[in-house]
Amino acid sequence: MLVKRASDIKSSEITPEQVYLNRRQFVGGVAAVGAAASVPLVLGRNAYAAESPTGSARAEDKLTPYDDVTTYNNFYEFGVRKEDPARNAGSLRTSPWTVKVDGECNKPGDLDLDDLLRGITTEERIYRLRCVEAWSMVIPWEGFSMNQLLPRFEPTSKAKFVEFTTLLDPEQMPGQRSSVLDWPYVEGLRMDEAMHPLAIFATGLYGRPLPNQNGAPFRLVVPWKYGFKSIKSIVRIRFTEQQPMNSWQVSNRREYGFYSNVNPEVNHPRWTQARERRIGEFFKRRTLMFNGYAEEVGSLYAGMDLSVNY
Amino acid sequence: MTQAQWVRRVLKPVTWIACLAPFGLIAFDGLTGGLSANPIEDITHRTGTTGLITLLVALGVTPVTRWTRIGALIGMRRLLGLFAYFYAVLHFLTYLVLDQFFGWSFIIEDIVERPYITVGFAALVLLTPLAVTSTKGWIKRLGGKRWNALHKTVYVSTAFGVLHYLWLVKADTTKPILFAGILVVLLVTRLQRKPRAKRAKRKATATSGLGAVASVD
Repeated sequence: MLVKRASDIKSSEITPEQVYLNRRQFVGGVAAVGAAASVPLVLGRNAYAAESPTGSARAEDKLTPYDDVTTYNNFYEFGVRKEDPARNAGSLRTSPWTVKVDGECNKPGDLDLDDLLRGITTEERIYRLRCVEAWSMVIPWEGFSMNQLLPRFEPTSKAKFVEFTTLLDPEQMPGQRSSVLDWPYVEGLRMDEAMHPLAIFATGLYGRPLPNQNGAPFRLVVPWKYGFKSIKSIVRIRFTEQQPMNSWQVSNRREYGFYSNVNPEVNHPRWTQARERRIGEFFKRRTLMFNGYAEEVGSLYAGMDLSVNY
Repeated sequence: MTQAQWVRRVLKPVTWIACLAPFGLIAFDGLTGGLSANPIEDITHRTGTTGLITLLVALGVTPVTRWTRIGALIGMRRLLGLFAYFYAVLHFLTYLVLDQFFGWSFIIEDIVERPYITVGFAALVLLTPLAVTSTKGWIKRLGGKRWNALHKTVYVSTAFGVLHYLWLVKADTTKPILFAGILVVLLVTRLQRKPRAKRAKRKATATSGLGAVASVD
């Protein structure tokens, strides 16, 4: 299991800034002149990544440089191009931040984020992130298991699902002025998925507070599902009896399902999910079932036909 | 300066520079770290978009020539068309070499199973004979009629190219729909201008042999 505690690894050990900056310049340069064959050799050395300090991470999982994690984002609230969120997310005001909790629970309310997080200790979780667009990263999040927080609201026996909503404010989120998706962005999990220890709320990455473009101040990270399930900048948590819709399913039901578990055997109708490109690498790698977390989460889906429940 | 001289001495060099600029910018960004964190995807998108835009501009040459009645402009069509093909080939090579690294089984699967890749590949295949027969020698060898019939398929290639773009985007269809709109406008102007085309042909025949053949289609 790829879970590491903050005490195991200092952020200063991870990737010196200059190293990854140089690396990036180099990769870009090589790609441009078309000297393709020499890339894997250089990337194979992995001079830019720290060795895994615990041995719990797979040897091939090198952390994706901070610069890449924070400049290559899908966050349509700030524009549809990958570089848009890093450029436009400065307009998001992350403090004060209120989260509304409602639905099938005994303790609903409008909570200030600081109050919500009181008494909760975050830890570092290094997770693979697999985007439905067939690229992936390895990111050291700061966060905590959702099962530390959700029981506080005392969900009732009717609470079978939990739905999350992103902020809706075109003033702060200029991308919402165009109707590429049905705003606000909504995502959902089955309760047992949300209560699984691997599912976290994240408030930071690389030992720093979450940059706005990465979903500040408060987001989901569900590492065995495609990235779009990990909803950003959450303002509402709602417990429901019925399975909620999620924005991408609303946008295109044939292509995006509710579960959206990483599954190399179930192709997206328009592109293969069998392989992925790890950001910073030249050769594609095989995509792993449940993004490599099958041992931990596989039992959640026992007996389900995953090609139907995609 | 005559119109023909103006086209040859000013417009052609400017077009060369404009057409090479996107390639230069990609190379520059590559060398200075200006590409995205996923440089291969970046190069793929930029070569593809540039190819499609150049193709649409090339298709605009004939109507513009007719409206302005500057016959010499028609010579721009071959230049723009060949640059469009240049970017289409770069786009495909980026996919073949950088993205897939000659993973033939994956490439064949893509072409067969993914409609957006099927039509994109078809567009490239259809453009190839047009690029090959773009020389004066080939116009003579084929004869104006057959050459024109062959080169009319550029509308099919462009439609496939636009479809390729439309089918691959996830949610924001603004640009592919804009491209489709431009293509429809270009097609409509061609259909409306049929009778005048014959006059233009007679006029052009008198001035230049190549222009004559090229302006009929």
